[in-house]
Amino acid sequence: MELVSSVDDRYLTDEHRTIRDLVQEFARERVAPVARDLDIRAEFPWENVAEMARMGLFGIPFPEECAGVGLDTLALLVVIEELAKVDASHAIAVGAHTSLCAAPIYLFGTEEQRHTYLTRLAAGKVLGGFGLTEPQAGSDAGASRTRAVEKRDHWVLNGSKIFITHGGVGEIFVITAVTGGTDGNKEISSFILTKETCDLDRARAVGVGHDDALTPIPGFRSGKKEDKLGWRASDTRELILEDAIVPKENLLGKRGEGFKNFLRTLDSGRIGMAALALGIAEGALERTLEYTGLRRQFGQRICDFQAVRFDLADIALGIEVGKHLTYHAATLKDGGKPFTREASMAKLYCSELAMRASIKAVQLHGGYGYTTEYPVERMMRDAKICEIGEGTSEIQRLVIARQILGEPEEIIEGER
Amino acid sequence: MNITVCVRRVPDTETRIKIAPDGKGIDPTGVKFVLNPYDEFAVEEALRLKEQAGQGTLTAVTLGGEAAKETLRTVLAMGADQAVLLKGEPSFDGLGTAEILAEYLKDRPLDLVFFGKQAIDDDNMQVPAMVAELLELPCVTVVVELQRKDGVWHAKREVEGGHEIVEFTTPAVIAAQKGLNEPRYPSLKGIMAAKKKPLEEVEVGTAESRVVLERLTPPPERKGPVFIGEGPEAVSELVRRLREEAKVL
Repeated sequence: MELVSSVDDRYLTDEHRTIRDLVQEFARERVAPVARDLDIRAEFPWENVAEMARMGLFGIPFPEECAGVGLDTLALLVVIEELAKVDASHAIAVGAHTSLCAAPIYLFGTEEQRHTYLTRLAAGKVLGGFGLTEPQAGSDAGASRTRAVEKRDHWVLNGSKIFITHGGVGEIFVITAVTGGTDGNKEISSFILTKETCDLDRARAVGVGHDDALTPIPGFRSGKKEDKLGWRASDTRELILEDAIVPKENLLGKRGEGFKNFLRTLDSGRIGMAALALGIAEGALERTLEYTGLRRQFGQRICDFQAVRFDLADIALGIEVGKHLTYHAATLKDGGKPFTREASMAKLYCSELAMRASIKAVQLHGGYGYTTEYPVERMMRDAKICEIGEGTSEIQRLVIARQILGEPEEIIEGER
Repeated sequence: MNITVCVRRVPDTETRIKIAPDGKGIDPTGVKFVLNPYDEFAVEEALRLKEQAGQGTLTAVTLGGEAAKETLRTVLAMGADQAVLLKGEPSFDGLGTAEILAEYLKDRPLDLVFFGKQAIDDDNMQVPAMVAELLELPCVTVVVELQRKDGVWHAKREVEGGHEIVEFTTPAVIAAQKGLNEPRYPSLKGIMAAKKKPLEEVEVGTAESRVVLERLTPPPERKGPVFIGEGPEAVSELVRRLREEAKVL
């Protein structure tokens, strides 16, 4: 059963709707049949990623001269949301790649960097990721220990980054490192690093994910793959920097502006995460409407029980609220207005909604919901990371509070 | 190479259909409409032939109202070069529709005219063959493979229990079956480009209908499960019922 909301009429153009229908069809036909197996085997969806690349889903908000599609943030969100209705791992492939890797290169990169890296990312030729979180530096990104030391004609980077989406499968990464300063007042800068995908055979087989023309950075590699509760078909790994030799021209943005830049990156990433969480909630409700409409107990459909109706109504209400928050944040961003507060609100609200809705979905599916026969248990596992990644719910509340108190963004926050 | 694909706007297969109060059609409110799934194979094959040839024009044609433009935009987004809306009402019987299509196509340069083998709404399977007849062109239906060797076209078509290989020369009419190819999804760039591609409108009026749809009836409501018995002794009764009552064996 497909949810229809009049909120769409307020924010979306015909073009957004056409894109929504297209991705919905793709998700239904190509993603839904494989999502369960990919989750069980924790396998990256290379075949679907290749098709998504062909459709242009990895370059939505970038101009055509950068090999992008030239659409807006709202178009990106609609795509993430539709994929997440069926499988969050597919959705985060688009979200992390676009918002956390391609976007900072587009925003802060030189013409040369855009040409070398963004065109490949936007065309979906290779996948990208963002390395911020470290073993000792999660929400407190200022505790970062990855160091970049400037030599005559290159930088030397040492350290490690953890929980990096596309850490293994990806080839282009935006990495933050300390380039100077002292504790409490560290100078942080961003760099673009490249390496070969860890799935060279699969990438070659599907024709997406590897580019021979990219020169791998010596001393930069991916580490072990995380075994996770949810997002299991998404590739999450450690990135290791051991005397990594990074050319001077790979500095992204100005030296010392890494901190400011990743805050901007995370603001955008959070709207994407809000859309992803919203999609999980919608998918969970759709499946639950179907199930409770068919399942009969005590001589009636279980959706006819008042207690069940109350739950269904509450989730539907949450989705309506979440849509307004998320689309509103996107229109602010597209309009060039500040959106930090709105992005945090949307991300916080929708991720908690996704958790609540998916737990309720499992409950209303009864014993069946607890099995992998139905997708709602996967949605419940996938929802949890939305409350953690790209700034925990606690950090979102701090960001919102700081915004409404009119305080500057000085406390370091954000993950991944 | 000039290729025309004739397409049809139909309700989405996932949509729940309700019969309209007059009993002679479906209630379109809340129904999502899509490009007829069999037409997707036709469009894909036409696109591949055009891409292989490296030249030519692919035109999408449909008979329908204003809303059918959306279907044409889908075909343009997949890669067709231009589209024509024959603005009018399709008839229930295929002949009226075929006459309008043939009238439009008859003076145009044609190498291949593609159709889906049937529209999934009325399932009549009439129009491709009728258009071919009216244009006096060869027609191959239920096509699952299409090849050109030494200037001659070969089509593999599904028949009861097996396949037939036929050969033909162009111009010709082809009706595509599932399995002919794997239709592509439009790309986002394709969707944006589709807005700028030419979409011509030709007023054609209402197709003549020699068969009149009197009434639509919903399928009988599904009965609940019947308890037949337990253990091996119930098997023969189950098989009998499956064979004689459910007629599925």
